[in-house]
Amino acid sequence: MKIKFTFWKLVFLFLMAAGLYATVVRYTRGLGGATHLSDQFPWGIWIGFDVLCGVMLAAGGFTLTAAVHILNIKRMHSIVRPTVLTAFLGYLLVCVALMYDLGKPYNIWHPLIMRNPHSVMFEVAWCVMLYTTVLALEFSPIVLERFNLQKPLKVIRGVVIPLVICGVILSTLHQSSLGSLYLIVPEKLYPLWYSPLLPVFFFLSAIAVGLAMTIFESSMSAKHFGRQLELPILQELGRVLVVVLWVYAALRFEDLLNRGVLKLTLRPGYEMYLFWVEMALTLILPLTLLSQRNVRNSAGGLYLASVLVVLGFVTNRLNVSITGMEASAGTHYLPKWTELAVTGAIIAVGFALFGLAAKYLPIFPEEEHAAERGVQLTAQPVAAAVLHHAGD
Amino acid sequence: MSKALLYDATICIGCKQCEVACAAQNKLPYNDAVAAEERQSDHKFTVVLTKSDKFMRRLCMNCQEPTCASVCPVGALEKTAAGPVTYDAGKCMGCRYCMVACPFGVPKYEWNKLAPKVRKCTMCPDRVASGKQTACAEICPTGATKFGDRDDLINEAQQRIRDNPGKYVPHIYGLTEVGGTSVLLLSSVPFELFGYRADLSQDPLPMLTFRVLSRIPDFVPLGGILLGGVWWITHRREEVAAAEGRGPKPAAGDHDGRKQ
Repeated sequence: MKIKFTFWKLVFLFLMAAGLYATVVRYTRGLGGATHLSDQFPWGIWIGFDVLCGVMLAAGGFTLTAAVHILNIKRMHSIVRPTVLTAFLGYLLVCVALMYDLGKPYNIWHPLIMRNPHSVMFEVAWCVMLYTTVLALEFSPIVLERFNLQKPLKVIRGVVIPLVICGVILSTLHQSSLGSLYLIVPEKLYPLWYSPLLPVFFFLSAIAVGLAMTIFESSMSAKHFGRQLELPILQELGRVLVVVLWVYAALRFEDLLNRGVLKLTLRPGYEMYLFWVEMALTLILPLTLLSQRNVRNSAGGLYLASVLVVLGFVTNRLNVSITGMEASAGTHYLPKWTELAVTGAIIAVGFALFGLAAKYLPIFPEEEHAAERGVQLTAQPVAAAVLHHAGD
Repeated sequence: MSKALLYDATICIGCKQCEVACAAQNKLPYNDAVAAEERQSDHKFTVVLTKSDKFMRRLCMNCQEPTCASVCPVGALEKTAAGPVTYDAGKCMGCRYCMVACPFGVPKYEWNKLAPKVRKCTMCPDRVASGKQTACAEICPTGATKFGDRDDLINEAQQRIRDNPGKYVPHIYGLTEVGGTSVLLLSSVPFELFGYRADLSQDPLPMLTFRVLSRIPDFVPLGGILLGGVWWITHRREEVAAAEGRGPKPAAGDHDGRKQ
């Protein structure tokens, strides 16, 4: 494990170095020098992956805080902190990605004082800004605890419920609005992806990915931070995931049928192949896997299914933002290495920050917190593992 | 009264004087190399296309209900009452949603600049405001590009189609496309031949997103009440259970939740 850790460290350092070089290229040679974007294809992977997928991957934050604080499912309390941390880091990194993609990043604050309520982008800008603030506040008790600042801690704890409610509303709005962004291009987006239901699809996929990411993350941190897996919790998340996927599947195909484009799913071509890659990863494989009782109840099976779901919906969003837009643009878009380097570096920074936070902040339930909460957790080995890890 | 341009391709002689005047008006370079470029770009806002002996202009359509202006998060693009769709580079943050959204693919970007601007024909807003014609209409030697009130130009275009049976495609492009545009086109050959899409919606596109956005003011308080209600029910249930001596104490496991 020690060797593996070092290996990943090297990979991350390499990604960050490449990203640093790409950053220099971006800010000295402009978008033209740093990307393969063009007048025909103005949005690439910095929007398609870093923003659209980034926000989706951070959806565990609102899904889980709603489950724990609103639906009062206490069993899941122990995984709220790592999930909120992931969401907070995710949104911060989306903002970082925007600093690369915007032509004039120093004007990023303009929506604060210039308004256009008819613009989906305006709404997304405000929601993301407000929700990042909400996440910072939801995350703050972890930092305040670390430095034992009781007074502000008390204030934050007093407003947790209103904060969570704000977070859920803001998330519902902008998760769906990322889909609404594409409602305006009925003639440009390929019919397999253009749908009046885009906001609904984006919202449902955010929930599915929020659940899948929580399972994925818990499994990962179990492996790398030597924690015991909260298997019953993950099984429950898995069961909810199955329901969300079935609802999504029903709506997706009913929509294709309604719009009379079901036949396009069998018309050979670039779009058809990527459509089926998406379908296999989002629906066919995970639902087949999760329909088996022994898979559904095993840590490995849940991990595999959740990875597939995450990859599937990443494919879906890249299909909406890139594959589906290529035919009408009359061009193929392949990201330039600098675009990939920046994206890679952002992911690497995300992992590194999570690792640092896990090391120095009370992210995972330790003995005293667990005792204080009266939650029956395997606190002893966890605390020991965290302490042990803090040493290296 | 909203102003517009009527371009009649059957009168055009392909002299490209409109391109020259447009470049001069917008302080853009113009030479033989630029003249040979057959597409709009950050340095060429209008272009005269040639297909054998037929011509067609392309320029920003300055829509009646512009998609670009509706999607711009900072209101950098704006439809003026006089007709032009203007652009304020000082407001723009460079998100390029206008480029993605424009049904005609008009806005172009200065990709190689460090403070890039969106570039497009803005229908000479300063000239129009001071009662003058657009530069392209003023210079046109044959009257193929004509400037005037939109309603008058529509009447005139319909008159030309009526008076010359068989000469024109019986369609004024821009009359109803995406809710109508301030640039109206007449042609003797199908518009698709020059890249004008025939499958565009007849309704303004901004409605597609505003239909969803306009529900937000209702959704926010409703969502708040709903979530608050669910929270109250789930926690009340627990308190009742505790009071009746079943289940765990309500405060348990809720350490950063409510005060009792």
